[in-house]
Parts: sequence; C-alpha cells; structure tokens
Amino acid sequence: MVTQTADNESFVNANLTSTEPVFQVRGVSKIYQMGEVEVHALRSVDLDLYRGEFAVLLGASGSGKSTLLNIIGGLDVPTTGTVRYLDHILTDADDAELTRFRREHVGFVFQFYNLIPSLTALENVQLITEIAENPMSAAEALDVVGLSERRDHFPAQLSGGEQQRVAIARAIAKQPDVLLCDEPTGALDVKTGKIVLEVIERVNHELGTTTAVITHNAAISAMADRVIYIGSGEITQIDRNTTKARPEDLVW
Amino acid sequence: MKPLDKKLLRDLWHLRGQVIATALVVACGVASFVSMRSMYNSLLESRDSYYRQYGFADVFTNLKRAPDSVAGEIAAIPGVAVVQTRVVAKITLDIPDLAEPAQGQLVSISPKDDQQLNRLYLIRGRMVEPDHADEVLISGAFAEANSLSPGDQLAAVINNRLRKLHVVGIALSPEYIYEIRPGDIFPDNKRFGIVWINRRAAAAAFQMENAFNDVSVKLEPQASEAGAIEAIDRILERYGGFGAYGRSDQFSHRFVSNELAELQVFGTVIPAIFLGVVAFLLHLVLSRLINVEREQIGLLKAFGYSNADVGLHYLKLAVIAIAGGVVAGILLGAWMGSGMNALYAEFFRFPIADFRVSPMVIIGAVVISTGAAAIGAASAVLRAVSLPPAEAMRPEPPANFHAGIVETSGMQKLLSTETRIIVRNLVRQPVKALLSAIGIALSIALLFIGFYFFDAIIRIIDVQFYHIQREDVEVSFIEPRPGRAVYDLAAMPGVLRVEPYRVVPARIRSGNRVRRIGLFGLSKRPTLRRVIDKDLNLIHLPPEGIVIDRTLAESLAVEEGAVLTLEVTEGTRPVRELNVVRIVDSLLGTGAYMEMDALSRLMNEGGMVSGAFLSVDRYKREELYSQLKSTPGVSGVSLPDSTLESFNETMAKTIGTSTTFLIGFACVIAFGVVYNGARIALAERGRELASLRVLGFTQGEVGKMLLGEQAAITAVAIPIGWVAGFGACLLITKVVDADIIRLPMVVSARTFLYSAGIVALAALFSGIIVAWRIRRMDLIAVLKTRE
Repeated sequence: MVTQTADNESFVNANLTSTEPVFQVRGVSKIYQMGEVEVHALRSVDLDLYRGEFAVLLGASGSGKSTLLNIIGGLDVPTTGTVRYLDHILTDADDAELTRFRREHVGFVFQFYNLIPSLTALENVQLITEIAENPMSAAEALDVVGLSERRDHFPAQLSGGEQQRVAIARAIAKQPDVLLCDEPTGALDVKTGKIVLEVIERVNHELGTTTAVITHNAAISAMADRVIYIGSGEITQIDRNTTKARPEDLVW
Repeated sequence: MKPLDKKLLRDLWHLRGQVIATALVVACGVASFVSMRSMYNSLLESRDSYYRQYGFADVFTNLKRAPDSVAGEIAAIPGVAVVQTRVVAKITLDIPDLAEPAQGQLVSISPKDDQQLNRLYLIRGRMVEPDHADEVLISGAFAEANSLSPGDQLAAVINNRLRKLHVVGIALSPEYIYEIRPGDIFPDNKRFGIVWINRRAAAAAFQMENAFNDVSVKLEPQASEAGAIEAIDRILERYGGFGAYGRSDQFSHRFVSNELAELQVFGTVIPAIFLGVVAFLLHLVLSRLINVEREQIGLLKAFGYSNADVGLHYLKLAVIAIAGGVVAGILLGAWMGSGMNALYAEFFRFPIADFRVSPMVIIGAVVISTGAAAIGAASAVLRAVSLPPAEAMRPEPPANFHAGIVETSGMQKLLSTETRIIVRNLVRQPVKALLSAIGIALSIALLFIGFYFFDAIIRIIDVQFYHIQREDVEVSFIEPRPGRAVYDLAAMPGVLRVEPYRVVPARIRSGNRVRRIGLFGLSKRPTLRRVIDKDLNLIHLPPEGIVIDRTLAESLAVEEGAVLTLEVTEGTRPVRELNVVRIVDSLLGTGAYMEMDALSRLMNEGGMVSGAFLSVDRYKREELYSQLKSTPGVSGVSLPDSTLESFNETMAKTIGTSTTFLIGFACVIAFGVVYNGARIALAERGRELASLRVLGFTQGEVGKMLLGEQAAITAVAIPIGWVAGFGACLLITKVVDADIIRLPMVVSARTFLYSAGIVALAALFSGIIVAWRIRRMDLIAVLKTRE
C-alpha cells in the first residue's frame, strides 16, 4: 500500500528526530479533473510531521503545497495514498469524522483570516472554545496574541494584522495538536507580517503546538525547524535548520 | 444575440431556484387576480344580461287584492315604463320522496306577449298551455334537489284544495337567481321551490279573476325609484299593499350583489398581497445580484455601456424572471375561475353562466405584475446605475458590524454565540428582516382568513341552530289563523310542545328613514324559538314596546329608548308609536320582536297566529309530516336540522375549496420568502459559513446558524401575521352585507395554531432545501478567495 521512493526514504531517515511523528503521509496523490484535463496537484508524496516541530512548506503558487496542507488538515481527501494522524487513518474517514478531527485536533490560520464579521474578537474565539473539549479561555488566547485590549472590537474595526492575530488566537484556543497556517502573512505588509509570525513562533515555542506554515516567501523558512520544499506536486528537498532565526530578524 | 442578453440568460439560469420561487408567487398573485376579476366580470355580465334579456323589474310589491284597472293607475305614475301584474301565493307541495311537505311559491305567468317583466328561461320541457290549468313549470334548483323532470306529477294544496299538477318544464327566472325562501339566509332547495302556473288557473284558484296581488314595475332609465315606490304605495294603500321595494331589497338580487361586492374586494386585496411580496423578493434577488456583479457593472461602464443600458439590463432580468409566472398565473387563474364558476352555479342559477377571461383582465394582470417587478427592481437597478465605474470595480467593503443596542445594553451576555450571530445579522439589515417578516406574516394572514371562515360559520351554526332555532319543526300558515289552531297542532302525532308565533309585515320609520320588516310576536316564556343576547342568554320580551336587532337599529339610526313609528301593512293596517326597549346583537337577518300578546293588542285582533314552532318526538316525525301534508292552511314546514344539513354540505364544499387554495397560496408565499432569504444569506455569508465548517463545525451546526435567522424572522412574523389576519377578518366582516349576515369576530385556537403551523412547516421545508446546499459547499475555494 505504501510505496516510497528511495529518495524520499532517505529524506525521512535523515530528518528523524527523537520525537514521534504526528502525521504520516504516504504515497499521497491528488488529481483534479478540470474539464477534460487532469491536473496532478500532488504526485505520490511522503511526509512526516513531528510533535512540537515548526515546519515551513515552501513552494511557488500552484506547487501543491496548499493541497497537501488541506489534506493533512482534513479538508480534502487524496485521490490515492494514506494520511495517518497518530492512530487515525484520515483517508478512511467520512465527512462527519473529518469534521470531528478538525474540531478536536486542528487549528487553522488562513491568508484572509476568515473571521465571522458579526462577532467581536473575543466572540470569534469563544465560538471555538464553546465547542472544544479542553480549551484555554478565550481571553487567555487573545492575551497570547497580545490583543486583550481589542477584544470587544468587530472585525471591521480591526486592522489586517489584528484580524490575523485574532484568527491565530481562535486557532490556538482549543489547544490543538497541530496548527496549520496557509500563507498567514500573504495579505499583510512586512511589519505586520512579522508581528503575526512572532505570535505563531511563540505559540509553537511556549505551547509546544506542532506547527506547519505554508508560504511562497522563502525568508520565512529561516525561522523553521525544518523546511520542506515543494514543486510541481512533489517534495523536492527537506532541510533542517541548525539555528532558527527570530521573526524580527527576517528580511523580505 | 447580444452578449449582454446572453449574460442575462445565464444569470437567470444561475438564479433559477430563486427565479422559480419568485415566479410561483407571481403565478399565485396573477391567478387570484385573473380568477376573481374574471369571475366578477362574468357574474356581473351573466346577471346584467339576464336582467336585460328577461326583463327583471325595478320595483316590486305585493298586496291583498286589487282589480286589474289599478294597473293602469300605476302605469300612469311618471317614470313607470312597464307594469306587470301577477297572482302570487304560497302553496304546499307533496314531493313523492320527501316525508315532510315542501313549500311552493306559486307565481302566475301570462301568455308570452303579455309577460313583459321577469320572463322565464326554459331549461327543459315546454311552457304551459294557456288552457291547461294543471300544467306547471318548476324552478331549476328545486327540480334538481328533488330529481323532478318534465312529465312528473306533484300533489299540491292550493288554497285549501288538493290538486294534481303536471310538471311540463323546468325554468329559471331573474327574480330567483338565488333560489331561497323569502326571509331565509340559507337555501333549502329540497323544501322550497317556485311553481309557475298560467294566470287564468292561478286566478281561478285564488278568486283573483280580473284582479292581482303582486306587481312588478320597470322604470324609465332616469326615473326616481324612491318616488315611484311612494306613488305605488299610495295607490295600493287601500288594496292592502304590503309596501313596495326596489332591487336592493329584492332577496335574490341582494345576495348576488353581496357576492359581487365581496369578489371585488377579494379580487383586489389578495393579488395586492402577492404582488407586494413579489416586489420584495425581486428586490432581494436583484440587490444581491448587483452586489455580486459590481465589478462587471464597473467594467461595462468603463467600456462605454451607458447607465440606461445597464439599468435596462437588470430591469429586463426582473421582467423575464416573472414572465413565466405571469403566463402560468393566467392559465391557473382561468382554470380556478372556471372552477369557481361551477361552484357559483350551485347557488346562482343563470340561463347562461359563461366564465370568460377577458383580454382586459389579461392585460391588467400583465401590467400590474410588470409594475410590481419594476417597483421591486427599482432601488437595486438605481444602485447599479449610480455606481461610478472605478468604485464599482473595487470589491464591496466588508460587512460593517458595530456595537448596537444588544451590546450596549449588556444583553449579549445572555445570548449564545450562535444567537449573537443571528441577532446581529438581523439588526444589521433591519429593513430587510422586517420586510421578510411582513412577507411571511402575509401568508399567515391569508391562512388566518381561511380558517376564520370556519370559525365564523361554526359560531353562526351554533348560535342559530342550537340557541335560537331550537324547534324541531316550524309550521307556517298561509293566512293568520285564530289561536285555537295551536290546539289542532298540539293534537297531531308526536307533537310535544307548541309555541305559536305571529308575524306581520310592516314599515318601521324613524324620521325619514324607513325599513320593511316582518315583525315577530313570540311567546312570553319561549323554550323553542328565542331571542338571545350576545352572551346567548334569553331575552324576556317586554310587555310593551319593541326589541330590534342592532343592524336594524343602525339603519334607522336609533338607540334604546327611542320611539319608532310602526306602519303595519296587514289587517286593519294600524299605525303606532313604539318604544325601542332593547337592541340585540344577532348574526342573521334584521329582526324586530314583540311579546305576542302585545302584538295582538297592537293589531287589535284576538290572538291570531301565523304559525308555530314545534318540539316533536323524533320517532313520530314521519307520521306528523304526512298529516301536515294534507292539512289545509299550512303553507310549509321548515326543519332546522335539514336546513343545517344542506347548509353544511354546500358550505363544506365551498369553504373547503377556498381554504385549500388559501393554504396552497400561503405555502407558496412562505416558501418564496424563506427560500429566497436563506439562499441570499447563504450566498452572502457562504465564506463565513464555510470557514466555520473548516473550523470543525458540523453541517448541522452551520445549518442552524444559517436558518436561525430565517427561523427568527418567521417567529417574529407569526404575531404580525395573526394581527394582520385578525384585522383583515374584521375588514371582511364589514364588507359582508350586514342585513344578510354579521360574521361574528370569533377566532378559535385552531385558527391561530394552523395559520402559524402551516407557514412554519413551509418555512422549515424551504430552509431544509437551502441547508442541503451546505453539503455541497466548497471548503477550499472559500479560503483562497476574498469575497
């Protein structure tokens, strides 16, 4: 069932750390049918994500990195291959099980924040703490992202960076096992982007949340434990940083 | 095809769900307009052409007896065009398959050339031959109810003599479009019919040779009816005239006119409700479409399309969206109308009752529905037109929520997050929410009206048949008889109790207001026929003075304690001043009552009776009926139970049909409003809802958040709908001719429950259809794009 190329095997082995893998992706392909054309978004990808690590998935737009993140996050299902989360096989799950998986284990951060416009910052976070099993308090989550003073503001009254920090607070409030961020700085200017990255870094560091950030911005890879390069639907290279840069030192 | 038109077709296809929901409402509105307008026109046309072709008279009266020469005096009255004299009398009929005797109205007819007014239309058979005294024609509804055909024989007691009558034909008369016993409200076609016999035979039977006891008059077009009535009354005074009256007091005419008035009101109000909803729905759909297409509008303008081009484009879309509904509505309306026509045919008898949808009605339907579409589209289209191209090409700014009343009042602490989302979405667009609520409320109101009719009828039946008419049998005499007739009745088989009554025809006058009434004298302590007050308590008739119905009091503009002038038009024709002791609220007719002895004193006659109410041992009814059939002097019996039965039958059918349509109509409106509301909410908040799905909310939870808004709107709509429905019912009770019937303003719990429940179910159903789409929501696409 699981077929691995010799190359991929060597990447995995080379990067094995003492921590256990949280996600195991094996032979995952995704083919979209676009009219009469088949688009191979992912071609037999193998990848492990380890507990507590900060991984950056780096690739140009159209490289397949978002598709991979969506499959890991239980938003999408691969055409072939398996995805294992601890002892759950996500690729066998139905819609209700995937919903439960997202609800209990995954925190998402999106490029466009996706806040509920009719709820205040605090309420956007409460929305999640209400349905989570073992959440931190919503106020605490806003405190982590440094937005305690803005808690009663509506999204329309917040800047882009603030909105993104609320989105991060919302994602971490349930104390997820994994934080998945899709271009979290994509819609932000450099200064604001750095503030957001600092928050993500702090969550990873202080709460120990396994974090995967996708980006096309190579500069961000300097702050990762591992950098996973994706191109044309394949993992082309995985690097381990011996020293991690601090977000404020990033330059782009 | 121009590219803009292609876009239009594709937009329509894309919006097909909402277009269909809107078109359905259009179809209902147009159908109700077409059916009721056409029914109104057809009924009016049937009536007027019938009146014209068959010489329906303008003024009517009956009298004791006058020589033929008096007809000439009447003809000489200025303004009188034609005078038709007749012999009219009550007779008792023995129908072969009917246990109890039936009552006949014997009406003389003259040979063809002499019969100038109220001519007959022959349905089947032939006219009577002048020299065949026993040949008769009978009226259509009566013949139908008793399955009588030409060739059948009828036994009849005519002026105390038993006669055999040969039915030679079945006929209709413009005087009896609504074939009902004078004074009754509900038809009882089995026990009442018109029998036409030739003049000479009638005259011979009633000793009316060269005399008459009934006059119909046709007036010149410009003549004054009131003047003619006064002149006729003056002439007939010494011949025992009972008082002339115009068409508006003619029974059949009055009922038909009342129906026309109701059709006119309903045919305006109901389509207006629908088209109002249509305008609102189109406003919703187009506003949303124009928001989505902002950038395209900007692009079109940037490339040189004029404001008029853009405006016309969206206006066209609105008009095409309803076009299917208009066509379907016209067809549905024509079908419904012919169904209504068939229902009317059971009540109203016309020679020809064609149902016709006139081109004017169709043009009217097209014009008003297009107008409604244009009104609905107007504000959205104006917005599209007024968008500067550069601004239009920028995406619309994000939904701007800010702290409102809920937040500042601290109420939000009491609400769950989901509830807050719902409340804030409602508060953000209060006008839209309110209009949606009004739309749904209208459908609740429609149902409320439908069920209210049941309540009113049930109430009327309860009051009339269980509290007022408690007799088993009413026997009426052809002529008033001495009081001892009561003993004859009491001695008949199975009779347990006899309560005699006296009824005298009279004019009642207050100042220059005058009404014709039948003044009832009733027993002092009645147990059978009673006068009751609003709370159904027995009213003891006072030893002096008169008790009158509120409707009569209002038409005479008198209050309790007032003094009226009573001019009896029977016997010695006494004229008396009478004190109005009490005014009572009743539901049917326009009654005036006195204690029987007081009336007897007033008439200066020793205890004459006009008939009696009987309580009868049910096991001996047949025996009693057969004896009554051959009792001279009895003009007829009426049985409340049978009247109730036939009434229930016809009413069940009529109200059942109209309620079915109202339920269908109401469901279409509720569906249209909720479906469109939820679809637009889904479109506007798709991104938000998809985000929630991504964050781990289940389809059910997201569905609840989406539909919660519609549920809240529906919940708000329910009380509004009840109030609107109640108001509409009040209005209807005012429209109905109060002299015939006063619809009681009683509303059962069932009406409240059903009107809200059915609409809530329709709303739930449409909500579920929309929620179903949440399953198909593309979770990934929504994360990548900004609105």
